[in-house]
Amino acid sequence: MGNNMIEVNKLNKYFGDLHVLKDIDFEVQEKEVVVLIGASGSGKSTLLRCLNFLEMKNSGEIFLWGDEVNPKKENLNQVRQKIGMVFQHFNLFPHKTVLENVIEAPTQVKKVAKSEAINEGNELLEKVGLGDKTDVYPSKLSGGQKQRVAIARSLAMKPEIMLFDEPTSALDPELVGEVLQTMKDLAHEGMTMVVVTHEMGFAREVADRVVYMHDGKIVESGAPNDIFENPREERTQAFLSSIL
Amino acid sequence: MIDFFETLLNSSDVFLKAAQWTLALTVISIFIAVFIGLFFAFLKISNIKPLEWIANAYIYLVRGTPLIVQIFIFYYGLTEIWMINAFWSAALGLAFHNGAYIAEIFRGSIQSIGKGQSEAGRSLGMNRATTMRRIILPQALRRAMPPLGNQFIIGLKDSSLAAFIGVAELFGVSTTKGANTFDYMTWLLVGAIWYLILVFIVTLLMNVVEKKMAASD
Ligand SMILES: Nc1ncnc2c1ncn2[C@@H]1O[C@H](COP(=O)(O)OP(=O)(O)OP(=O)(O)O)[C@@H](O)[C@H]1O
Ligand SMILES: [Mg+2]
Repeated sequence: MGNNMIEVNKLNKYFGDLHVLKDIDFEVQEKEVVVLIGASGSGKSTLLRCLNFLEMKNSGEIFLWGDEVNPKKENLNQVRQKIGMVFQHFNLFPHKTVLENVIEAPTQVKKVAKSEAINEGNELLEKVGLGDKTDVYPSKLSGGQKQRVAIARSLAMKPEIMLFDEPTSALDPELVGEVLQTMKDLAHEGMTMVVVTHEMGFAREVADRVVYMHDGKIVESGAPNDIFENPREERTQAFLSSIL
Repeated sequence: MIDFFETLLNSSDVFLKAAQWTLALTVISIFIAVFIGLFFAFLKISNIKPLEWIANAYIYLVRGTPLIVQIFIFYYGLTEIWMINAFWSAALGLAFHNGAYIAEIFRGSIQSIGKGQSEAGRSLGMNRATTMRRIILPQALRRAMPPLGNQFIIGLKDSSLAAFIGVAELFGVSTTKGANTFDYMTWLLVGAIWYLILVFIVTLLMNVVEKKMAASD
């Protein structure tokens, strides 16, 4: 598989005595949209966070773009620049305006000229439908708007992969659609995405592959249709019937 | 009553001068203490045990001894090895003292900023230092403003202890006048009113600063 962007082999992660990820094998190809599903506590967030090294694995290998990443030797800040992450609770910088949020990393990390970053930032905000909100502070935005700013902020670093950890779970139901739409647009543009979500409609429509996790293991993985219509594993069936 | 106000007005040039010493002591010592406080706050959150011990030892020393003792030690200790006057000994003593409390203020405000903020910074590729400087500290400093203002007012009143090593600040001038006229009560009240005026002005300024900083809320 030459075009695996992410490849994870036998990944194990513990929190103290708690074995959270158990021998995870996982890969994501270029332009693939992978949706991670599973019950609360099954390890979806932890897996996602291991991919950009917000959590450190205890054992196993993580390959990005074909090269194994060794957290002790590599500059993780450079690795993370190419991996965007969107959080459940947005984590916008409250002391910065919308536009300042978006240009912060390009100007501080990549040392992009401010005027250039502002131009690109305005374009991105336009793209997520917030061209008129550039100068307001996050506290003035709805949850859906905040999450779209967070997506624009990640995109401003021109990442090659985007990770989403339950991006719509903290939103009022009527605001979920606008965020999902932004994510669909991204997927259609060919962004490689790993998405943890309970939005099965999104998974069906957008995912190339759905991965079901249970108790720290990947139980089943396949095309959305196969997973949703003909789950092979009993636990997958049980999980799906519990949420659908 | 009228006599008292006359005394207050007639002595205003002397007390204005004394108030300037009080303010100078406070501003200089708190200014230095902010840097001391930031430094020890960073030691405390460094997750490096020996550095945490150093910070804890400093804070324990300051908390565990009376301020007047600290000021005297700075005065008698420093004047011997390093020719500095009473004013600067008091300023450094007060800075040393307030630094510990301000360290705790900064530590608390830095730790009160949710983990999500640093994770957002790190996930964008920012290194630890940039995340601290650009994301965490600006929010933490804002949160630290009310307790810092409080500490400033405490420091302003504590600067009266400099009188005991001969600094002619408000309390010093009040007691000198009291001794000279055998009328301590009047002159202490005059001094007290000057302290109230200073605290009033500082409180107003703090409100302005806090309003300005609240722009993003
Ligand atoms: N920082 C941590 N320290 C200790 N335990 C943790 C930590 N983070 C997660 N855990 C535990 O690890 C397990 C997996 O957590 P994780 O957040 O990955 O699950 P999840 O599948 O994302 O669940 P959810 O749907 O609730 O978000 C849980 O039992 C959780 O309590
Ligand atoms: Mg989770």
